[in-house]
Amino acid sequence: MPDLLVIVLKLLAVAAAFGVLPLLVGQAEHKVMAHMQGRLGPMYAGRFHGWAQLVADGVKFAQKEDVVPAAADRRIFKLAPAVAIVPYLLVLLVVPIGPDGQVAVDLGVGLFFALAVMGVGVIGAIMAGWASANKYSLLGGMRVAAQLMSYELPLVFAASSAAMAAGTLSLPGIVEAWRWYWLPWQAVGAVVFFVAGLAELRRPPFDMPIADSEIILGPYTEYGGLRFAFFLLAEYAGIIVLSALTAVLFLGGWKGPFLETELGWLWMLLKVFALSFVVIWLRVSYPRMREDQLQKLAWAWLVPLALAQLALTGVLKVAF
Amino acid sequence: MGDYFHDYAVFAALIVVGGAVVGGGLAANRLLRPDRPTREKLTTYECGVDPVGDHWAQSYVRYYVFAYLYVVFAVDAVFLFPWATVFSLPGYGGATLAEMFVFLGFLAAGLLYAGRKGVLSWT
Repeated sequence: MPDLLVIVLKLLAVAAAFGVLPLLVGQAEHKVMAHMQGRLGPMYAGRFHGWAQLVADGVKFAQKEDVVPAAADRRIFKLAPAVAIVPYLLVLLVVPIGPDGQVAVDLGVGLFFALAVMGVGVIGAIMAGWASANKYSLLGGMRVAAQLMSYELPLVFAASSAAMAAGTLSLPGIVEAWRWYWLPWQAVGAVVFFVAGLAELRRPPFDMPIADSEIILGPYTEYGGLRFAFFLLAEYAGIIVLSALTAVLFLGGWKGPFLETELGWLWMLLKVFALSFVVIWLRVSYPRMREDQLQKLAWAWLVPLALAQLALTGVLKVAF
Repeated sequence: MGDYFHDYAVFAALIVVGGAVVGGGLAANRLLRPDRPTREKLTTYECGVDPVGDHWAQSYVRYYVFAYLYVVFAVDAVFLFPWATVFSLPGYGGATLAEMFVFLGFLAAGLLYAGRKGVLSWT
């Protein structure tokens, strides 16, 4: 059955992208951060500019002892990393990388699906925080929950603004409908979506839940070895997913100045990496925000801005 | 209808793939790792001193008001999505848009009310 073969190939491609892209972003973060701070970063592993650093890290993680604290809720503790990482793999299923069906599954409610599944990833961190039976973890888990609740709303509003502009919830459909004038028209929505997404990923400057200088590493305090590596990988997979969704919703996904049909995947990849670079850049540039500043940014800025964007999108869409 | 289930079958297959990736990694880990638990190693980490008191400590969840606010808004926001796909089609137009402004008005009023009540300022 050729149909089945196509599906298997697409699943393999999704799994490969999930395995490779987060590592590229991770390595880029090592090097970009280092150079922004006047350091060299990893230089030894793999001889050439430390390109194999993360491979070496992976080998190390795979050999480490799996310690589950005696007081922990064992089953939830062990399950949490899987809950944190698998959703990001699932989101990649609906992200288009090119025109004419270059997407694993063209889901009619793709956008809704992506947002729903992304939310599940955060539950992994909350599970970890609760199940560790550690005070720091519990505090971290609570902060994760607070952050999810504050930032999910602007995220959803900004995303639905793109859906309104396109008139569809299918991600390939949204890219299809995208025109260059979306850039000024949806600019506010794009910024709100990106910032809220960063907060949901708990990336600096929104890393209050895992603030290492005050609550060790928040929900991940008790984790070590491979399970900890899965949480780290989930963070980088999350960066890829957030960048890909921002590119698809607001930056025209696979659309580019020329050769869209042939090079669509390249434009998409370029946008994803450019946005990932911004994620790293923000980490280096801004200090961690305090809990009250976090909440204030969400409720006093992002939610009203997202509502304004909805109004603007609606009016212009009906007027023209 | 056949297509509908077909899409979600692929989704289910990918969950299995994801489970296999994580499970496979942990299985490899099981083969490679040492396993020498000691009592000290398994105690809860508390900056190097013996843990004090119960781990699931009671604390004041300051943001529970935000949680209410979120639930109220999120339930509303879900209805935006089906609406977003049809509102600009011929036959909807102005009236549907006006309804959106009613919706936005409610949300903005709610937010304003919460703000004036001091819910959004952290003390």
